[in-house]
Amino acid sequence: MASRDDIKFLSNPTIGKSQKKYCRFKKFGIRHIDYKDADFLLQFINEQGKILPRRITGNSLKYQKKVAVAIKRARHLAILPYVTDLLK
Amino acid sequence: MKNFEVTFIVDPVLSGDEIKATAQVYENMLKDNGSTIVHIDEMGLKQLTYPINKRSSGIFYCVEFANESGVLIDKLELALRRDERIMRFLTISLDKYGVKYNADKRNGLIGKAQKKVKVKKEDMPSRGYAPNSAPSPAPVAAPIAAAPIVAAPVVEEVVAVQEEE
Repeated sequence: MASRDDIKFLSNPTIGKSQKKYCRFKKFGIRHIDYKDADFLLQFINEQGKILPRRITGNSLKYQKKVAVAIKRARHLAILPYVTDLLK
Repeated sequence: MKNFEVTFIVDPVLSGDEIKATAQVYENMLKDNGSTIVHIDEMGLKQLTYPINKRSSGIFYCVEFANESGVLIDKLELALRRDERIMRFLTISLDKYGVKYNADKRNGLIGKAQKKVKVKKEDMPSRGYAPNSAPSPAPVAAPIAAAPIVAAPVVEEVVAVQEEE
């Protein structure tokens, strides 16, 4: 007889148990988003420099709008690129 | 009083004295128009992510100031626009959180956001993982290792917020 430890899962048991998304600004109490902080804003854009949707970042609407404004300001000042490839 | 912040990029081809003089011109202009300068941040020579006026780098200056009304902004921006030494500029008005953020940043309460360290492919739990080759430790270890990297820059900001209250 196989013991309990020998039993292997046929499928990955962690599938479908994705962690719930959350708004990091609400969770950590960040009130102001600095457009000069490129490393921080890099978390909200994809490799082409496009702004990631809320669906992926998990931001609340209020802060997603602020992130978008900050990224656009950074682009104007050439801190972030408008168009690029292989950013990350 | 309203707080504003003007960031501008100075042409890097100029000599050091000329660059300082350029910044001084706008500092004086702000003072003459009855505003108090909160802080001048010389961010120094930075690489631009795309060329502006065929230059690939620029010297960044950020001036935070307070003024009763925004009337002088028009004057300031006109002067910046006419100045050939200025490559780009951006003026924004700061809300109370922005003012607080800048103050905290000056006092070193806000840490720099760390660049996300890429998790190596071998450490990542892949979907096509063979169940018989080390099944459990790898998927558990990866999220724990990734968590502090994400949280680290933010935790320091929480401290800042708590102190304000």
